[in-house]
Amino acid sequence: MSYLEHNLAAAPVGFRKILALNWPILILLTAISSVGFVMLYSVAGGQIDLWAQPQMLRFFLGMLGLFVVAMVPIWFWRNMSFPAYCLAILLLIAVEFVGTTGMGAQRWIDLGVIRLQPSEVMKIALVLVLAAYYDWLPQQQISRPFWVLLPALMVLFPVFLVLRQPDLGTSLLLIMGGGAIMFLAGVHWAYFATVISSGIGLLVAVFQSRSTGWQLLKDYQYSRIDTFLNPDQDPLGAGYHITQAKIALGSGGWTGRGFMQGTQSRLNFLPEKHTDFIFTTLSEEFGFIGSITLLGLYTLVVLACVTSALSNKDRFSALLILGIGITLFLFFAVNMAMVMGLAPVVGVPLPLVSYGGSAMLTLLLGFGLMQSAHVHRPRPKIK
Amino acid sequence: MKYNPNEIINSAQKLSRRALLVGALQLGVVTALGARMRFLQVKEAEKFRLLAEENRINLRLLPPARGIMFDRDGRSVAANVTNYRILLVREETEDVDQVLTQLQKLIAISPSDLEKARRELSRRSAFVPVTIAENLNWNDFARVAANAPALPGLLTDVGLSRIYPQKENLAHVVGYVGPVSDHYLSRTKDPDPLLQIPRFQVGKTGVEAQMEQRLRGSAGHQRIEVNAVGRVMRELERAQGQQGATVKLTIDSKIQNYALARMDGLSASAVVIDCATGDLLAVASSPSFDPNLFVRGISSKNYNALRDDIFGPLRAKAVQGTYAPASTFKMITALAALEDGVLSPDDTVFCPGHFEISNNRFHCWKRRGHGALNVEDSIAQSCDVFFYSISQKVGIDKISAMARRFGLGEYHDLPLSAVSRGVAPTRSWKQKSFGKAWLLGDTVNASIGQGYVLASPLQLAIMAARLGTGRAVLPKLVQSIDETAMPLGTGAPLDVDPEHLKVVQRAMFAVTNTKKGTAYSKRIASPDLQMAGKTGTAQVRRITAEERLTGVIRNEDLPWEKRDHALFVDYAPYDNPKVAVAVVVEHGGGGSSTAAPIARDITLFALTGEMPAPSHYPAGLQAQIREEQEELAPKLFDWSTLDKKGQVQT
Repeated sequence: MSYLEHNLAAAPVGFRKILALNWPILILLTAISSVGFVMLYSVAGGQIDLWAQPQMLRFFLGMLGLFVVAMVPIWFWRNMSFPAYCLAILLLIAVEFVGTTGMGAQRWIDLGVIRLQPSEVMKIALVLVLAAYYDWLPQQQISRPFWVLLPALMVLFPVFLVLRQPDLGTSLLLIMGGGAIMFLAGVHWAYFATVISSGIGLLVAVFQSRSTGWQLLKDYQYSRIDTFLNPDQDPLGAGYHITQAKIALGSGGWTGRGFMQGTQSRLNFLPEKHTDFIFTTLSEEFGFIGSITLLGLYTLVVLACVTSALSNKDRFSALLILGIGITLFLFFAVNMAMVMGLAPVVGVPLPLVSYGGSAMLTLLLGFGLMQSAHVHRPRPKIK
Repeated sequence: MKYNPNEIINSAQKLSRRALLVGALQLGVVTALGARMRFLQVKEAEKFRLLAEENRINLRLLPPARGIMFDRDGRSVAANVTNYRILLVREETEDVDQVLTQLQKLIAISPSDLEKARRELSRRSAFVPVTIAENLNWNDFARVAANAPALPGLLTDVGLSRIYPQKENLAHVVGYVGPVSDHYLSRTKDPDPLLQIPRFQVGKTGVEAQMEQRLRGSAGHQRIEVNAVGRVMRELERAQGQQGATVKLTIDSKIQNYALARMDGLSASAVVIDCATGDLLAVASSPSFDPNLFVRGISSKNYNALRDDIFGPLRAKAVQGTYAPASTFKMITALAALEDGVLSPDDTVFCPGHFEISNNRFHCWKRRGHGALNVEDSIAQSCDVFFYSISQKVGIDKISAMARRFGLGEYHDLPLSAVSRGVAPTRSWKQKSFGKAWLLGDTVNASIGQGYVLASPLQLAIMAARLGTGRAVLPKLVQSIDETAMPLGTGAPLDVDPEHLKVVQRAMFAVTNTKKGTAYSKRIASPDLQMAGKTGTAQVRRITAEERLTGVIRNEDLPWEKRDHALFVDYAPYDNPKVAVAVVVEHGGGGSSTAAPIARDITLFALTGEMPAPSHYPAGLQAQIREEQEELAPKLFDWSTLDKKGQVQT
């Protein structure tokens, strides 16, 4: 019996829960998604039914799911954490066998209605299970090697499965997300120092292994790293995407070239302009003002999550809310760094803006969990 | 698990600390992202804006329409016609053969064209458009354009192509255009970017080549927006080029055409010059060729046939060919002697049929000799010995100086390919050219226009014009460029005693109008059109002493290439010269028998502007003339193929 259950008497019930939702976050998410609709309409050359409309439908479904998840008490979700994690693992294993190949990787399970991307589900499930784990684990055991190894394996097993697809971007997000929760939970900093230094060692190994028998990454991944390190070397070959993305961004200037006026995207100089590179179109058409505004919206969501978590006395809830915030943060930070030439092109979409069903739905469901934690936060008993 | 408040408070504090730490880290990252945005979008914006423009905007050259050409009466001699073409870009199609097979279902392509296209496709880079078919009619073109989506890689293109509506008529004057050759590009310093356009056509010969800069015009350009794969999205700006200059020639196509028809079947050339203005009315070389063959790239079979023809159809003989002027040079020798004072008009020389000098015997064409003759009779009867004799008194240098005053051995600057300078030999010239001293015998030969003396038909016509007018008539081929008239070639009066000139003119009149004259039978009978002329027969082989003993072989018994060249120069009307004519028939035999009648007919045509009426001829000839004219009429150009304005009919 945890602290949470002791203090639940003051939590709202019935429709009053709706009033208790964290509305600023809901409004911010809607605003960000709306930016997505506008951009998808623009990159489709003014066609609404190509990308914008399906995206709106998914947003609507995702919001519906968010509300449903938010209404369910948080302890239910805590109890569901481990089953959810197991289900996500099973899905990841399933994708090995029945997955649909796209862009050189096996990532999707075609369910007919929707193409499910299990790695997206795993992002939320991992946050859930780690939050539940550290809620359950006594404080004094947190930094004991066995109790550190256990969550580390819970992170690394799905990472291993995702890497096999192969999806470097999502793997990195999972490691960074999982690591962040472990850090928040209070694992001793020495573990992180060890991991980070051995991570650097691994990086060296990755480069050393290149074009040898035990090569650790695929050729295209190496070329992406090369491209990141020196995009101007081969502007029409591998560096083309990065060069064109930077041109689009830069040519936006202060105020941008105007809605639907971006030549880089309209004339197809931009790669994957409706998915991973959608931010470049936004920057081209709405300029610095547009791109800093979107960055601001994301930042506000993350800050709202931190605020909500700090005021939440329940450990599971606080960890969950922070974990969801970090997931969103990693998404947009890696994506933006990637299109701005600060990180290699690893294939991470811009959350809620890029065209894509699984990411949108799982992220909104994740925020459903966050809202549930917010709604059902422990409140001081009214005497 | 036990609920321990202390532990919870501890862990909550730790969580808060770490949450704030992570939050700060996140803010740091966000700040870095924002700074990067500012760097790219504010600081570097100009650079990237420029790059984006470079990305999307392509500059394309618009080839200008080439300047067109007319004759003096506004008849089209070089024009542009719309050319509907089909091009294929190899890299835009997966299966070239399949596209070509599909195309053949739509339009007929000759196997040789197809073979040529295939060869070019395999030779050129994959992205270069290669012409598959051109000069299509509108129906075929529209059919292909309508089916273009099903034929990947095919492009339709509307361009201009050169056409010479008068075909063979002006081939050697106007010349022709052809694609810029790599050789030309490598050796020219012409920086015009137009030359880089594939298959851009430049003048190769004749006026087309010599006036290339004026005819080409200047390129226009088109700024177009292209997408990432280079497809044109829209046109942003278009600046039309400047069409090349419109050139009006001095040529009278009808005279030119008549001259060619009259020389049909002969390797010959004729030049007609307007005595008052220097306008070249006809510069005809026979046989001719169709320059249109060259525009589209001549087949090697056709080209070899033209190249190997012993009559040399590709040679512009009228300006390029040089011949010994033979007896047509005698006026020059006579004038040199008269002007020098070593000869007076009444002096006579006895002609025994030969002339001895330093143990060499030089023969007169008349073996029995002419007896005693003065200068006038000597020219009229073309006595050689008279000129052998007086040339010894004047000397070669003075004869050559006189020749140059009459346009021989001088370069005439005309916009034509390979205008020959000819040779008016001097002592120093021989020394320089051959490293040998001038011999007396050389002067003897030169006095009758043999030996080292060489002249082109153009120069002979200029000489005749100058003899007829006493002015230094300058030849002129271009009447106007873009309506701006070119200066007249009337020329200043020659510094020659008019009395001496009159002697020579009377002599030339006597050639064609006195019974003893060498071309009496070729006279013009109409009193107001009577011509003054001079025959010439240029020996192309050496007649040995043995042959002279056994009798000189008659021309008809010799192989064609060993026969004499026949020459004739004239001007008419003799008392008020309007036109001067020179005719050279290669290996034609006697000047009087072969060249004179052609020159007479061309002179009459030039004076009357039509097929000469038989009444202009001596009564005894009229029946024969009628017959000849009937035979010649079908060879004339059908002017109805040009419309009223002289434009090409489409």
